[in-house]
Amino acid sequence: MNTTTPFWRDKRIKPILLQLLFVIIIGIAMFYFINNALTGLKRMGLSLSYSFLNSTASFDISGDKLIEYSATDKYSRAILVGFLNTLRVAILGIIFATIIGVILGIARLSNNWLARNTSKVFVEIFRNTPLLVQMIIWYSAVFLTLPLIGDNYNFANAIFLSNRGIAIPWFKPIDITWIWLSFIVLGIIGAVFTWKWKIKQQVETGKRKYPSIWVFGTLLLSIIFPFVVTQSGPFTLSIPEINPNGRSFVGGFVISPSFGAVLLALVMYTSAFIAEIVRSGIMGVNKGQVEAAQSLGLKSSTMLRLVIFPQAYRIMIPPMTSQYLNLTKNSSLAVAVGYPELVSVGNTILNQSGRAIQMITIMIICYLTFSLITSLLMNIFNKYTQLVER
Amino acid sequence: MKKLSLLFLLTLFLTTAIIGCSNEEASSEEADGNVFELVKSRGNIVAGVNSDLPGFGYVTSDGSYAGFDVDFAKAIAAAVFGDAEAVEYRPLSAQERLTAVQTGEVDVLIRNTTNTLSRDAMGLNFAPTIFYDGQGIMVTKASGIKTLQDLEGARIAVDTGTTTELNLADTFRLLGIEYEPVVFDGQDQVISSYEQGSADAWTTDRSGLVARLETLANPDDHFILPNVISKEPLAPVVNSSDSKWYDIVKWVVYATIQAEEFGITSENIDSFMDSENPEIRRFLGLEGELGSEIGLDNDFVINIIKEVGNYGEIYDRHLGPSTIFNLERGVNSLWTDGGLLYSPPFR
Repeated sequence: MNTTTPFWRDKRIKPILLQLLFVIIIGIAMFYFINNALTGLKRMGLSLSYSFLNSTASFDISGDKLIEYSATDKYSRAILVGFLNTLRVAILGIIFATIIGVILGIARLSNNWLARNTSKVFVEIFRNTPLLVQMIIWYSAVFLTLPLIGDNYNFANAIFLSNRGIAIPWFKPIDITWIWLSFIVLGIIGAVFTWKWKIKQQVETGKRKYPSIWVFGTLLLSIIFPFVVTQSGPFTLSIPEINPNGRSFVGGFVISPSFGAVLLALVMYTSAFIAEIVRSGIMGVNKGQVEAAQSLGLKSSTMLRLVIFPQAYRIMIPPMTSQYLNLTKNSSLAVAVGYPELVSVGNTILNQSGRAIQMITIMIICYLTFSLITSLLMNIFNKYTQLVER
Repeated sequence: MKKLSLLFLLTLFLTTAIIGCSNEEASSEEADGNVFELVKSRGNIVAGVNSDLPGFGYVTSDGSYAGFDVDFAKAIAAAVFGDAEAVEYRPLSAQERLTAVQTGEVDVLIRNTTNTLSRDAMGLNFAPTIFYDGQGIMVTKASGIKTLQDLEGARIAVDTGTTTELNLADTFRLLGIEYEPVVFDGQDQVISSYEQGSADAWTTDRSGLVARLETLANPDDHFILPNVISKEPLAPVVNSSDSKWYDIVKWVVYATIQAEEFGITSENIDSFMDSENPEIRRFLGLEGELGSEIGLDNDFVINIIKEVGNYGEIYDRHLGPSTIFNLERGVNSLWTDGGLLYSPPFR
């Protein structure tokens, strides 16, 4: 009890003291910045209230709108329009970037000289140039240089290419669409069960049970059945036409130049990174595994599907998640080409109302929510594919 | 565990205590927000300007800033330091500009900015209007658009963060015309989408349309609709925290207007030095203490006029008949000529 070691040199207390110091410093810094912002706002006579969200927006948003919106709506609705546009480009972007990225990644390891080198050139070009530059090039050099709407390129008067957008025929739901949909959903669920059941039988009996033919049959049934019941197709096709005033398209589905440029730029840029992730994932699989699969006499596609990919997933998922999050956040560059996503709309509101802190907070919360949900889903998927240790 | 949470509480308490002290000192320092003192100690003014609007604020081929708005920044520098070049220019986009004044990043914003109530209420102060403008719409002659009604269903390109974006929505809402706005951050994108035919029309202040018309590939193929759809009084903006600085900016603008009214130009100013007119003598600081009352030298007006010129000279230099824009003075004439420019008396 009479040792002379002072308490700050005590091995048990020292780390706690250091951590305490760290927390104090962080705390002071945070308080300083928050307080600074608050006094600044007070000085300028601005409040931190969010009630401005209920005032009329009085500005319009470009054609890309997933929900009805007009200048008489509230700021909050304008933000929702922007958020949905961000979601639209992010979700479609993630899907397409994954598909293209995986194909490119596999092609990079292919034995075919052309495939390997095409993929390499693609990846190096798109990975090594800034995204904003790519986006502006897609917009001004590709979409804006398409012909005027009056002398558009068109294919069979159904697909139109013009610098006001690309119009393609699209499905138009009719009142029996839901009957079709429910049968098809049932069919898909049925097909999954049939597959599992037949595979199980095949494993147990050791005889070929042709699971793919069974699945195909189930799906076919789910299409024939509603057709017999309803005596009509699931939807009508809406063919685009040029508006009589010659300024826009009616009907069909119109991909606006802004949306097209943003989506293409995000997909191309991100897929280059995904290709590298896929390549590293595949190369990370132990060579012995490949040799073992080859010696069992598996075809290369079967080998990829059953041996390599299940092991490569584990390596690929964490960096893939980062790419998905990057893609979502990169969509905020879209303001450069006039696509009304969250940041574009948010900046307009920020400007018109002068509520910088509130709008930035809202934008942060929106991105954070989407990113956290994405990474949660990816983590669940990661757990599912993890090596089960026994 | 108990020990840890106790430690946390202690930390929290300590930090609050420390912050509590530092807080008051900081706020008492900042509350003054003395922009003028800061400007004087820095030795130059930081002016937010446009860098891509020919005639008003643009970068010349040798990399310096020039234009109608830029000259007013020079006039303020001349008034404060006697040197029109004591200006540091910050090119700002329409979207960044107001935040830059609010946060004190720039001392004054002279960037074709419209004076409105809600902007005034954002902690900003607007100096007197230096250019009375109105919003117009440019279309191609080939489109056959002659009136606003012809724009039904049209795509109209507009710069984000501007009053024009709001006026456009208001006007078309009132007329019940459906249209599709195409919103960009930056006028170059607006114009490229219009020139390539992706948009039918583009809109901004009429002065901006005229200024840009000359830079289009074929100026003769385009025309500006006769309709003026809004009032756009363009004025310099300062932060509202320092009323002294606001006064200086305000009276510099008035000085250029008053000088034109007196007929004093940069050329003939020396001949006024022995003027008998007491109003002119006060104005030029030959009598009285007008300059020092707002914290400047008494001869600040002489500096402005010698270095930059009066309102008419500034106008003619950048927008007048000798320039490619050849803009009519119109409402931007002196009140004595039936315009709106009117300076309160210098006394």
